[in-house]
Amino acid sequence: MESSQADINREIEVAAQQPGGPQPKTDYAPYRSSILRHPKQPAHLVDPESVELWAPVFGHRDVADDEADLTIQHAGTPIGERIVVTGRVLDGDGRPVAGQLVEVWQANAAGRYRHQRDQHPAPHDPNFTGVGRMLTGPDGTYRFQTIKPGPYPWRNHVNAWRPAHIHFSLFGSDFTQRLITQMYFPGDPLFALDPIYQSITDPKARELLIAQYDHDVTTPEWSTGYRWDVVLTGTHRTPLESDVSSDLEEEA
Amino acid sequence: MSAVPGQTVGPFFHLGLEYDGMNELVPPSHPKAVRLHGHVYDGNGAPVPDAVIEIWQADPQGHIPRRPGSLRRDGWTFTGWGRAATDPDGHYQFATLEPGPTEAGRAPFFAVTVFARGLLDRLFTRAYLPGDPSALDADTLLSGVDPARRGTLITTREPAGLVFDIHLQGEGETVFLTYPRLRDAWS
Ligand SMILES: [Fe+2]
Repeated sequence: MESSQADINREIEVAAQQPGGPQPKTDYAPYRSSILRHPKQPAHLVDPESVELWAPVFGHRDVADDEADLTIQHAGTPIGERIVVTGRVLDGDGRPVAGQLVEVWQANAAGRYRHQRDQHPAPHDPNFTGVGRMLTGPDGTYRFQTIKPGPYPWRNHVNAWRPAHIHFSLFGSDFTQRLITQMYFPGDPLFALDPIYQSITDPKARELLIAQYDHDVTTPEWSTGYRWDVVLTGTHRTPLESDVSSDLEEEA
Repeated sequence: MSAVPGQTVGPFFHLGLEYDGMNELVPPSHPKAVRLHGHVYDGNGAPVPDAVIEIWQADPQGHIPRRPGSLRRDGWTFTGWGRAATDPDGHYQFATLEPGPTEAGRAPFFAVTVFARGLLDRLFTRAYLPGDPSALDADTLLSGVDPARRGTLITTREPAGLVFDIHLQGEGETVFLTYPRLRDAWS
């Protein structure tokens, strides 16, 4: 029998009583698809070596400047609330991660992804794809313009809805810092009901995924703005000056 | 500083993560190209058709590439990084070169990252080249894991390539890795 939201809420409550720390519990039954897709053996601790001490290099040949504007990819303007999202990517010691790739993808304002597997009967927007790429600046800053995504239904349980979010893919300066996560918007009424968000059972840790409205990021009569800083885990190798200047490497 | 937690890549990652040539670190017609491929399985042994595998590796001389171009490949520059999505049969593949040892006597490996719908955080592992038993025996990781599970970290050679299956759970579960600063971030 399919679970109701009330069933899921009870399971979330029970899981929250067992401290899982600041990372998601990969064994988190309220998110049904996780049941058969998490390792049961503990991860094996190893000192990183060789390529694990380095991260792949991306540069301006990989990413065009206009890929950071999700509102200009078609002939017309997408429907929705125009926003800018910006922040800094830092390593676990507070050092900026410079010149590194950030990839984002999201649903449109109606909560529909431009993806064949998305069967939500909300309209596609012919003027919105929902994909962006950018490189961080010397101080680790990323910035893109988009429209605010809508919440959307999914089939985890009866009448399940995801809080509005933007998917983020991030690299650090060593391989071990690789991160894919989701950025949420403040005050979403769906937080308490969402087993993906609640899989991080430490409330302080999951709040790190929520962007803050920042009036300084808004543009008058144009767009509102959100700030979201991303702290990765620590590096195992002190980053070199050359880590931040991939374009110099290109010429070398 | 508190590290930001991960979240699942979800079912719609193709939209944001796929691009032309992502799994071709070299063109398949390259004279030294090998096919690194395998299946991803869940705890019931069923294929996982919505996983993303990334590899990061040294070149055949054991040099760690420090060049951009993985997203817009020029057909000549070996960047050492690639990405593949599993197909409806849970199968992924890369065209690449075999990595060389980054230090004499060390066993070469591909560093591997795994994402999937249903997987709440990314997983790390290594895919070692088979064929140099003394280097494999001397390897710190391989000599430190349960001998019964050691094989999950070593690719199998076939005529045109290397096979590396990934079992997320259960029988033959792949050995996944954590690193000191990752563990510390979460303690
Ligand atoms: Fe999503």
